[in-house]
Amino acid sequence: MKKSRVLRASALLIGLSLVGVACGGDDTSSDTTAAAGGDVTCDGLKIAFFGALTGDAGNLGQNIKKGVDLAVAEFNEANPGCQVGIEAYDSQGDPAQAPALADKAVADASVVGIVGPAFSGESKAVNGKFDEAGLPIVTPSATNPDLANQGWKIFHRALAGDDKQGPGIVQKITADGKAKVGVIDDNSEYGKGLADIVQAGLGAAAVEMNSLDPEGSDYSAIVTAAKDAGVDGIFFGGYYAAAGKLAKQLKDGGVDAQLYFADGVLDVGFIEAAGPAAEGSIIMCPCAPKDSNADFLAAFKAKFNEDPATYAAEAYDAATAFLDAIAAGKQDRASILEFLKTYDKAGVTKQIKWDEKGEVAGNAIYAYTIESGAIVGKPGLIG
Amino acid sequence: MNPVVRSLRQVGASLAGAKAGLASRWNAMGPTQRLSAYVLGVLALYLAPWWTEIPLLGSIVDTPGTQFTTVLSDRVIIFVLVALGLNVVVGLAGLLDLGYVGFYAVGAYTTAILTSSHASLPWLLALPVSIAVSMVFGVILGAPTLRLRGDYLAIVTLGFGEIIRLSAKNAEWLGGSRGINDIKHPPSIGPLKFGVVDPKPYYWLGLTMVFAVMFLLHRLENSRVGRAWVAIREDEDAAELMGVDTFRFKLWAFAIGAAVGGLAGVQYAGKVGFINPDNFPLLLSILFLAAVVLGGSGNMHGAILGGILVSYLPERLRNFQDKRVFVFGVALVLVMVFRPEGLLPKKVGTRKAVAAPGEGGAQ
Amino acid sequence: MRDWLLYRTFWDLTITGLALGSIYSLVALGYTLVYGVLRLINFAHSEIFMVGTFGALMASQEFLGIPMLEDGGYPYRTGFMLLVFLVFILLCAMVFSGLGAVALERVAYKSLRGNGDLFGAVVLAFLTGFVVSMVFVDDTLANVIVAAILTAPITMGYMSLFRRGKQSPRLAFLISAIGASTAIAEAMAIWGPEKREQYQTPRILEKDVLFSFLGADVRVDNVIVIVGALLMMVALTLFVNKSRLGRGVRAVAQDAETARILGVNVDMIILVTFALGGVMAGGAAMLFTLVYEQSRFNIGFILGVKSFTAAVLGGIGNLKGALLGGLVLGLVENYASAVFGGQWKDVVAFVVLLVVLMFRPTGLLGESLGRARV
Repeated sequence: MKKSRVLRASALLIGLSLVGVACGGDDTSSDTTAAAGGDVTCDGLKIAFFGALTGDAGNLGQNIKKGVDLAVAEFNEANPGCQVGIEAYDSQGDPAQAPALADKAVADASVVGIVGPAFSGESKAVNGKFDEAGLPIVTPSATNPDLANQGWKIFHRALAGDDKQGPGIVQKITADGKAKVGVIDDNSEYGKGLADIVQAGLGAAAVEMNSLDPEGSDYSAIVTAAKDAGVDGIFFGGYYAAAGKLAKQLKDGGVDAQLYFADGVLDVGFIEAAGPAAEGSIIMCPCAPKDSNADFLAAFKAKFNEDPATYAAEAYDAATAFLDAIAAGKQDRASILEFLKTYDKAGVTKQIKWDEKGEVAGNAIYAYTIESGAIVGKPGLIG
Repeated sequence: MNPVVRSLRQVGASLAGAKAGLASRWNAMGPTQRLSAYVLGVLALYLAPWWTEIPLLGSIVDTPGTQFTTVLSDRVIIFVLVALGLNVVVGLAGLLDLGYVGFYAVGAYTTAILTSSHASLPWLLALPVSIAVSMVFGVILGAPTLRLRGDYLAIVTLGFGEIIRLSAKNAEWLGGSRGINDIKHPPSIGPLKFGVVDPKPYYWLGLTMVFAVMFLLHRLENSRVGRAWVAIREDEDAAELMGVDTFRFKLWAFAIGAAVGGLAGVQYAGKVGFINPDNFPLLLSILFLAAVVLGGSGNMHGAILGGILVSYLPERLRNFQDKRVFVFGVALVLVMVFRPEGLLPKKVGTRKAVAAPGEGGAQ
Repeated sequence: MRDWLLYRTFWDLTITGLALGSIYSLVALGYTLVYGVLRLINFAHSEIFMVGTFGALMASQEFLGIPMLEDGGYPYRTGFMLLVFLVFILLCAMVFSGLGAVALERVAYKSLRGNGDLFGAVVLAFLTGFVVSMVFVDDTLANVIVAAILTAPITMGYMSLFRRGKQSPRLAFLISAIGASTAIAEAMAIWGPEKREQYQTPRILEKDVLFSFLGADVRVDNVIVIVGALLMMVALTLFVNKSRLGRGVRAVAQDAETARILGVNVDMIILVTFALGGVMAGGAAMLFTLVYEQSRFNIGFILGVKSFTAAVLGGIGNLKGALLGGLVLGLVENYASAVFGGQWKDVVAFVVLLVVLMFRPTGLLGESLGRARV
């Protein structure tokens, strides 16, 4: 009895751990090879969503997840012999939380493809892991240009990067004949990166107006600066909540410049936040208008009883690429990665075909405006 | 009597009994037995990555949806290191620091700058430099502000943490909001590969750091410096009157706390390979402080326990999804209401008994 | 180049800075009052402000039925009706915040002062039951029912577990406050109708330019905020200086033990102090929604940090200090935005705080609620 409970407990723990070491090795042995063509059969394959489902950016992730859900549900219905599962890794968009989730995904051999990571920050924190594990990813929303230049062979994205989006915005602003454009950002990686591209593209027409705090509430200093500079256009790089506050305060402050935004603002949340001040704003996005594919729109509405929101269609395309690979009998990570290299198919949003860096070939930028409190798409405005 | 009250009392009594029993058993053990218990305990900790494979225990400790080992290496170890460092500042010297994340950031950023963005030193060389730089920042912050009392110090340190974060975000030289990637990993030693995928070596390295820091801090606590800190915490004016150079010792506490915080930053940066300013929000300072006080401010083991709970529980409670932060908040209030000294309170009495004989002459 | 911007737009920046600063001042009063009396940072005060913004939102949207902005037209009230509306919304926000602050004191602080009471025990017991049942069922209604059933027995347990007559260490108050703050904000994010999204509050008055001052446009909402905040502060100062309860507050701030011996009900005074701070935060919340027309579960966090900074800048525990600190902070932020760009304004604000404290270690006006020179 005196022989110490501490001692015995520790010994037990060690013994059991050693057993664990011995057993731990053998769960990667299951090899899945199925016949290509005909009725697809597969067993226990999963596609994963990686991004924020809860937390501040949760809405965006929910949109993406719905796109994945729809694609998988359609696939499973069409292929009773191959029921693909969905795994969700909720990072809350936080680069500090992402690695533990990514390791879990890597360790789960049944996960053969990842739709995500949704944001650029978390992508940088974990894509290296996916690369080393050879786990293919298609991000439906991370548009940071750097991501394609890291040498990750598993990296693909289902929409154009900011280096394509920026020039598209510049082209639009120039085409509108704006001579003095205030450029503002939210000091985020996405917003600042895009604002820098736009500012450089506009050259002498740009008036640098620095950053605002997206969590802050008072933008009067920026409004004052805009009034002082007498701008006839304003570009803001950032997300919809801050954009809404900014638009409203600009309007209240008597600034009547045409407002330009990018894809992070393409959300009804912008209209709610800005109210009537949103009217006439132009939002550029490398994403297709929701009515560009009637079948997708109808299917989405039938399943979720709502319109697809930002990035849902891109997520659908991303998931479809993986599902097509599975349907073609490519049922492990390496062969799916190989399959994606030569993938070329008309997706819901665009022609899905990747170059060697993982950038999608079709990179049309679309312009949307706000009319009577609704987002109105003007498809194919800028190719 | 109300049955709930009775059962609560009984649980309390049996817990206290178990504690006392454990203590007496520990005291009754011979030196060899104690040593083997230590060795086995430490070994069990090093084998923690395999705890999840153990039948019953595994299902209890495993974190749903995340890799248990990565939680250990990226979260738990970091929080434990930070809690150890912050405990020196808050628990031992009694200085309320709401910007401790600043030092953690300085450590991580120094490593990032030295190994990736502006030089390409190996991680092993960046380690001491980063710790030294963090220490210097501790002195830079401490020197002008340590004359402030209590809550003034709290807001100044909070401001300091924000200044560090915002400067990193605004300065292109520090990577701006893009952050810095391709930070070098620690060097691989033989079969111990510090790569991208396997978190185990990082956990072992971090655990070793924790033991090293514990050892050093333990020595420090029982030295003249440690006693001076406690004197300052208990009554600064009295300490001053007794001839303790309070300013110098407070500065020491700040510098040492900063160094440990910096070490945690180095470990984190070397593990993840990518940092950006969003890794160092103000909220993290608050979580760090919560860890120390929750566990038991002033008691090293309490701080460690707090660090583990604050980092591990949110991952374990992933089933609660977005309700877990709410649960955490409620738990903080409950613990503070019923155990205001923390889960493992500091033992003032035994400290005196240990310090009294044989160590005189210092003051 | 950019300092010319400061020069050109100086008065614009001053007016908007003062408006923002007035809101900081009002919130700072809450920190200062509680600090003056209890010597503790009421970290959860930011959430009291947040609750106030939702009070204002409910008042204008639910009780008054003011519609949200629709295609550019607002059904504005003018003259007397506008005044009635404003006062009603203000009162609602104040009631929400005031009650919130009082509840906070009873639940998160009182038992730490060794005075655990039934109300605190009931709330804590309910929360415990709720969290415990969350482990087993993922359904809010079921959780509430289970928690309600468990409340009575747990309450009795808690009542006997409270550490009576024992003052807890100061850090415990801070952490308890942090916990309460987190729980309140998260509860709003989880069970509020819009979850974590931003809320819009309806527009109550047209934001016309009232007059021009040295080339700067002064809008009607700026004026209401600045004048409203000043009026509330004058009222508070009068209350603290002239009323019986106010004298009690000062007495406890000066020396709680002596006050107790002289027959002052210290617990009552502390409750009043929290209520006063809450009411001021409610006023700030109403003015905030008037200007910025928004709220969110975490709206209090940044504003709370700023206001706390303002309180320390002016001299925490000093009512005039809170006013001065808030205004200075609002101005510094605006000027710094113009000179260095918006991304540096917080850095400048904290550097100013650091410099001020180096030369005046107790803030611009020093601590003084206790010394009765309010």
